[in-house]
Amino acid sequence: MSVSTASESKGIAPPQPLITEHRAAGILLALAAIILFVIIALPLWALLSKAAQNANGEFVGLANFIRYVETPSLVRALFNSVQVALITTAIVLPLAFVYAYALTRSCMPFAGLFMALALLPIFAPSLLSAISLIYLFGNQGLLRSWMFGNSIYGQAGIVIAEATYCFPHAVMIIATALRMADGRLYEVAEALRTSPLRVFTTVTLPGVQYGLISAGFVVFTLVITDFGIPKVIGGQFNVLATDAYKQIVGQQNFEMGAVVGLILLMPAVLAFFVDRQVQKRQVALLSARAVPYQPKPHAARDISLLIFCLVIGAALLSMLGVAVWASFIKYWPYNLALTTANYDFANFDPGGWDPYFTSLRLAALVAVIGTALIFAVAYLVEKTKGHAVLRQIVPFLAMLPMAVPGLVLGLGYVFFINSPSNPLGIFYGTLVLLAVNTIAHFYTVAHITATTALKQIDAEFESVSASLKVPFWTTFRRVTAPICMPAILDIAVYMFVNALTTVSALIFLYGPSTKVAAIAIVHMDEAGTMAAAAAMASCIVLTAMAVKLLHVALDRLVFDRLQSWRKR
Amino acid sequence: MQHAPSQTKQTGQPFLAVRNLTKSFATFTALNDINLDIARGDFVCFLGPSGCGKTTLLRAIAGLDPQTSGSIVIDGRDVSHEPPAARDFGIVFQSYALFPNLTIADNIGYGLVNQRLPKAQIAERVDELLTLVGLSDQSRKYPVQLSGGQQQRVALARALATSPGLLLLDEPLSALDARVRLRLREEIRSIHRRLGVTTIMVTHDQEEALSMAERIVVMNHGVIEQIGTPEEVYGAPATAFVADFVGRMNFLAGTARDAGHVQIGPHVLQTRSGDIALPAGSPVEIGFRPEAVEIGTAKTKGALPATIREIEFLGAYSRLSIMLDGMDQKPLLADVSANVMASLKPVAGAKLGLVMPPEALRVFPARTGG
Repeated sequence: MSVSTASESKGIAPPQPLITEHRAAGILLALAAIILFVIIALPLWALLSKAAQNANGEFVGLANFIRYVETPSLVRALFNSVQVALITTAIVLPLAFVYAYALTRSCMPFAGLFMALALLPIFAPSLLSAISLIYLFGNQGLLRSWMFGNSIYGQAGIVIAEATYCFPHAVMIIATALRMADGRLYEVAEALRTSPLRVFTTVTLPGVQYGLISAGFVVFTLVITDFGIPKVIGGQFNVLATDAYKQIVGQQNFEMGAVVGLILLMPAVLAFFVDRQVQKRQVALLSARAVPYQPKPHAARDISLLIFCLVIGAALLSMLGVAVWASFIKYWPYNLALTTANYDFANFDPGGWDPYFTSLRLAALVAVIGTALIFAVAYLVEKTKGHAVLRQIVPFLAMLPMAVPGLVLGLGYVFFINSPSNPLGIFYGTLVLLAVNTIAHFYTVAHITATTALKQIDAEFESVSASLKVPFWTTFRRVTAPICMPAILDIAVYMFVNALTTVSALIFLYGPSTKVAAIAIVHMDEAGTMAAAAAMASCIVLTAMAVKLLHVALDRLVFDRLQSWRKR
Repeated sequence: MQHAPSQTKQTGQPFLAVRNLTKSFATFTALNDINLDIARGDFVCFLGPSGCGKTTLLRAIAGLDPQTSGSIVIDGRDVSHEPPAARDFGIVFQSYALFPNLTIADNIGYGLVNQRLPKAQIAERVDELLTLVGLSDQSRKYPVQLSGGQQQRVALARALATSPGLLLLDEPLSALDARVRLRLREEIRSIHRRLGVTTIMVTHDQEEALSMAERIVVMNHGVIEQIGTPEEVYGAPATAFVADFVGRMNFLAGTARDAGHVQIGPHVLQTRSGDIALPAGSPVEIGFRPEAVEIGTAKTKGALPATIREIEFLGAYSRLSIMLDGMDQKPLLADVSANVMASLKPVAGAKLGLVMPPEALRVFPARTGG
C-alpha cells in the first residue's frame, strides 16, 4: 500500500496568511477589554467620582458623605435597609436549607416538581410578590382580617416579598452544596455507629457551611439592593434603594444619589469577596474519587419533609398566582367576576401594549448580542495563547458586575452617559443603551457559565488545530461552539429572562420610546391602577416561563437530534 | 514513495536541531540549556520521570509553549519564533483530543479541509489513512462510540493526514489498557517504518521507550542526562540517574582508589578501567544490573560473602534479595535463572557468594542528596 509521506510535501512553503492567529487573538482580546472597560468600568468610575463632587462638578472629597451622615432621614433608611436584609436572611436561610435538604437528601416524591416550584419567582419581576401581598393583606386585601389591624405596607410586607424573591437563589446555592456530599463519609459514619444527630453536625453541616455562608450573603445583597418591592409595598418605610431613586429621579440630587449608590455597593462587594474565598475552599471538599450520596427511604423523614415542601411550595405559588388571578378580576375584592379588561393597557398607560413589546425587543437583543459577546470573550480568554496582560484584565472586568447591584450600575450609567464630555451621550434613552446596560448587569453569571463549559473541553483542541494549520476561529465555529451549544442556550435564556424581569438599572435609563414592561408596572402601580400592573407583570411571568419551557424542549431536541454524537 | 531512513540518518545536517533551549517560569527552570539533534526519519523517545521537562520540550518544538531562549531549526528553517501553524508537524495527545461532534472521517480530514483540496481528494486521503490505522469500517461513527485504542488510532491518522515532516506523540499510550498499549506500540512502530516520518514520542515508561525508540533522550530536572540507542542507555548508562531510571540497578556506595578499582566497605572491586576517571578518594557509586550478578557458594573465587534475605519467584527466574556480610546497605537484587536455582537450591537466610564481573560494573560519581 502506498501512503504519501512527508517527502511529497517538501519544498511547499506554508502559505503566509494575511494576519497571524496570534495577532488576531491579540486584537480581539484588546477589543474585548475595551468593550468591557467602557460598559462596566467607566460607569462605575463615573459613580465613584460623582460621589466626591458637588453639583457643579467640583471635587469636594468626603463632603457628600458627611452630609449624608448628618441627614437623619437618610441614615434612617440605611438602618432600615440593613434591618430588613438581616431579618429576611434569617428567615430565608433555614427555610431554604430544609427545602434544599428535602430535594437532595430525602426520598420525598415529586422532588423535580418541587425544585421547579422553588425556581418560579425567578421568572417574575421582584415586585410581583409585593403586588400579590397587597391583594391578599393590603387595604382591600382578601385576607385583611388575618393582619389583626396591622399594616402589610412597610417592613412586614417588604420582608415577606423579599423572602419570596430570594428563596430560589438560596435554594439553588444550598442544594448545590448538599449535592456535593461524599456518600462514603456517611457510610463510614454509619459503620462507626454514629447517631444521626452527630452525623448531621459532623458531616452534613460542615459540608454545606460554605454554601450557607454564600447563600446568606447573596440573600442579604439581593434584599438590600432590590428596588421594586420596597417601591410597591414599602409605604412610608424608606430604604436605601428607594432613597437612591428619590434622590435621582425625584430631587435630581445626583451627588447624594451617588453616595447612596456607593453605600449599596459595599455589601455586594463584601459578599463578592466572601464568596470567592468560599468557592476556593468548597472545591477542595470533594475529591475526584468521592461517590455521590444516595439517600435511602425513611418514611417519617420523607413525609414530614414532603409536608414542609407542600406548605412552602403553596406559599410560593400563591405569591405569584394571586397577582395573576387578580389581574383577571373585575373589582377586587368586591366583584370577583373574571374579565380581561385589565389587559387593555391603553386605558392605563398612554403606551398601551408598547412597553411589553419593547421588553421583548430588549430581551431578544440582550439574549442575542449578549450571548454572542460573552461566549466569544470567554473563548478568547480560555482558549487562545499569549497576551498574558489582556488575559488577566478581561476576566477581572467580567467578574466586576457580580459585585455591582443593578441599581448601582444603573446610577453609574446615568452619570457616565450624561457627562457632557461623553460622545456616547447620544444613546441616552435608546434601546441600545438599555441592552448594553442589561448585558453588563448580568455579565458575570453568563461569563462563568461559558467559562465552565469551555474548561470542560479538551485543552488540546487548539493545539491540534494549530498543528493541522487550522486557525482557531475555524475550530471555534466547527467544534467549540457546537459542543458548547447547551451552555450557549443556557446563557441566552438567562439573559432573556433577566432582561424581561429587571427593573433596578433600567429605571434610570429608559426614554420616552423605550419604556419596558417592568417599568410600566412600577408606573401603573404608582398611578394606583394595580390590576393593570398585575396584568402586565403576568404577561412577563408567562413570557419568561414560556421561554424557559421552549428552552427545555429545544435542549432535548439539541441533545437528541443535533448532538447524537454525545450518545454511545 | 518511501523514505530510506537509515541511509539519510547520519549524513548531512540534522532534521531537527535544538540549540541552548531554556524555558523558565517564575519559580523554576523547566528546560535548562537543551541541545539536541535529531536525524531525518529517526524515531526518538523523550524519557524521564514526570516533571523532568520532556513534555515541555516537545511543546516548545511544536511552538505550543514557546521557549524563553534558544533556537529550534526544523529542516534547515529557523522556526524559533514561528507560531505552531507555520511549523510542519502533526501531534497526538494522551487525551486523544478528538473533536467529539465530528465523525471519524471528519476528524481525520479536519486539516485537509482547510487546505481547500477537492472533496474527492480529501475522501480518498481519509480512506487511505483509515486503512493505514485499520479502521476503514468505522468512518461514519463518532469518537464516543470507539474504544480508547481506536480513538488513539484516529488521532494518529488525523496527525498524519497533512503529511507532516515531523510527528509528535505526547504520551500517546498512557491512557490505554496494558494489552491495547502493547498492540498500539507495535502499530506505531510499523507505521513509522512504512512512512519514515521523523517521530518524537514523550513517555515516562522506560519499557515503552526501550522497545519503540531508535534513540532515547533521557531527561531529568530540565536537562538531558543521556542520548543514545536503547542498548546504550540500558547497557552503558551515562549517569547514576539513567542507570536507576532505565531498568533495575543495584547501587553500592564506595570510594575511588585508582582507574579500575573501587573500595566498597572492606572489599576492593575491580571495575572496567576505561570508566569515568575520578581522582582517588572521591566518593562514587557503583551500579550493576540484577541479571549481571553471578551466584555461587561462599567458596567461589572472587565472591563476596553474603546472606539471602528473601526469594521472590517470578516464573522463568527468581529475584533474590541479598545483604553483603558486614555491610550496611540497601538489599541488592540478583536475578537468578531457574537452572541456577535448581542447582544451588538457595533458601532465605542461607549464606552464598556474590560475584560481580568487572565488565558489568558501572562507576558513577556519588549523587548528592537523593
